[in-house]
Amino acid sequence: MQPRKQTPRLVRARVREHKALRGDYRFLALEFQAIGSLAQPGQFVHLRAPQLAARVLRRPFSIYSAKGNRLGILYKTVGQGTRALAEVAVGERVDVMGPLGRGFPTDRTGIVPVLVAGGYGVAPLSFLAGRLRVRGVVFVGGASARDVVLCVEDFRKLGWEVRTATEDGSRGIKGLITAPLDAWARKNRSQPLEFFACGPDGLLEAVGRLAAKGRWKAWLSLDKHMGCGLGACLACVQKVRDASGKETWARVCRDGPVFEAAEIVW
Amino acid sequence: MAGATPRMAVEIAGIRMRNPVMVASGTFGYGVEFADVLDLGRLGAIVVKGIRIEPWAGNRAPRMVETPCGLVNAIGLQNPGAEGFIRDYLPFLRTQGVPVIVNVWGRTIEEYKRVATRFDGVEGVSGLELNISCPNIKEGGIAFGTDPKMAGRVIAAARKVTKLPLIPKLSPNAPDIARMARAAEDSGADAISLINTIPAMVINVETRRPELANVVGGLSGPAIHPVAVRLVWEAARAVKIPVIGMGGIAEARDAIELMIAGASAVAVGTANFTNPHTAPRVIDGIKDYLLRHRMRGVKQLVGSLGR
Repeated sequence: MQPRKQTPRLVRARVREHKALRGDYRFLALEFQAIGSLAQPGQFVHLRAPQLAARVLRRPFSIYSAKGNRLGILYKTVGQGTRALAEVAVGERVDVMGPLGRGFPTDRTGIVPVLVAGGYGVAPLSFLAGRLRVRGVVFVGGASARDVVLCVEDFRKLGWEVRTATEDGSRGIKGLITAPLDAWARKNRSQPLEFFACGPDGLLEAVGRLAAKGRWKAWLSLDKHMGCGLGACLACVQKVRDASGKETWARVCRDGPVFEAAEIVW
Repeated sequence: MAGATPRMAVEIAGIRMRNPVMVASGTFGYGVEFADVLDLGRLGAIVVKGIRIEPWAGNRAPRMVETPCGLVNAIGLQNPGAEGFIRDYLPFLRTQGVPVIVNVWGRTIEEYKRVATRFDGVEGVSGLELNISCPNIKEGGIAFGTDPKMAGRVIAAARKVTKLPLIPKLSPNAPDIARMARAAEDSGADAISLINTIPAMVINVETRRPELANVVGGLSGPAIHPVAVRLVWEAARAVKIPVIGMGGIAEARDAIELMIAGASAVAVGTANFTNPHTAPRVIDGIKDYLLRHRMRGVKQLVGSLGR
């Protein structure tokens, strides 16, 4: 094993923008030199909020946007880490390591890309939508309208067709996003679909099953509790099948977080 | 002599290090993972993640949970085995200009013997840390680390098959750490290291299920630092061989505290996850301290506890 060619950086990044969005979502913009040319959609950064001094682990966040020297993170306040991060003020510095991990392939052509987002899984897919060479359809699911409206405009501006579903029916179809996704895929079964998904494990597993049925490829971005973020501690492991069919552990932080669905052993 | 650069270099069990700050086994992978963000050549030594003679899959996930000022892990010693390590990781480590200490473990005395034999004379390996204190596997590990007689047998068995410096890593669960340290010394250890993690458990009260798939794990991080200071102090007083102190080092003062208690060198563990630059910061902090206290070198600091 050799070090990576494109190495992550560990920097103290200045907060340039930090604001509340709808629901419990927030947007954080950090000054990070050359992040626009370094970051791939699906990669993440490992953050340490200064307000979380009594905690020993960093917190991983998918990259939402990367342009020039500006790194954007879209996050939902769900626990101690994100609540501490919410306290960070513009002008303060945050300890950031990244970009880390293997992201989505962006050079695919001759496909109809289908992005599937569950909840805050929408963040890396919004980044991906601007970097893929071809346009297609985005399925966004969440608990309520507050979860799904966030990036809808982003996607539309970039030329994507958007379909939504909410569990409480407050926006789009009522229920899980997998129902309209399955129906749509059936209608387009002769198309060269390719799936790119990020969200809870249940959603990812369903997208993987759907793709396997239609003999399509699916790229899934996994969300696991991480330790070091560098592939050393072996906390965030996922069972996968290697090329020879043998079951083994993959490190979500370094071998992923994006895996081809066929590799994953649920 | 005020103002002179203090001497940072140390020699532990015949291993020459440019400074007394190592990185602890299980918190630094096999070095290459951290090479992206850290110049490994700055470290005193690297202790790699525990290696068994054959590969080992480790425990099911979840394997780690964060707790106040620490974390509990039950990785379960997943590793590529001695051959896998020598083939895939050692070639890179050999080029880094830093001593490599291989942490080794087995489920039986025979397995310890086999893995120690395999590493004897391997280029690029400076020493073996004998893991007799991992709380996360059913056999071996901590079973050898709580009984001085058993520990002595493991160490003596390894001593017979390798010329490499042997550094047993002791458990905080040993009922009498001084006795354990002496048993290690009498069985041929060249140094001892301590402490390993403290057996612990975390329950998710909403689901009323354990947070770790293995149910129990080992606590590390700043939460255990004062425990480490006490045990290092007791162990260092009991033996003549050097003590390598570890347990919750997050900044230079924690490392200095362990050295005052008697540690000749120290290792940064969990804090490598918090910030991969912790070890170089600790190195710089120790140097500043020595300057500030007009000490000629780290040797003056070791065991300097006043009463």
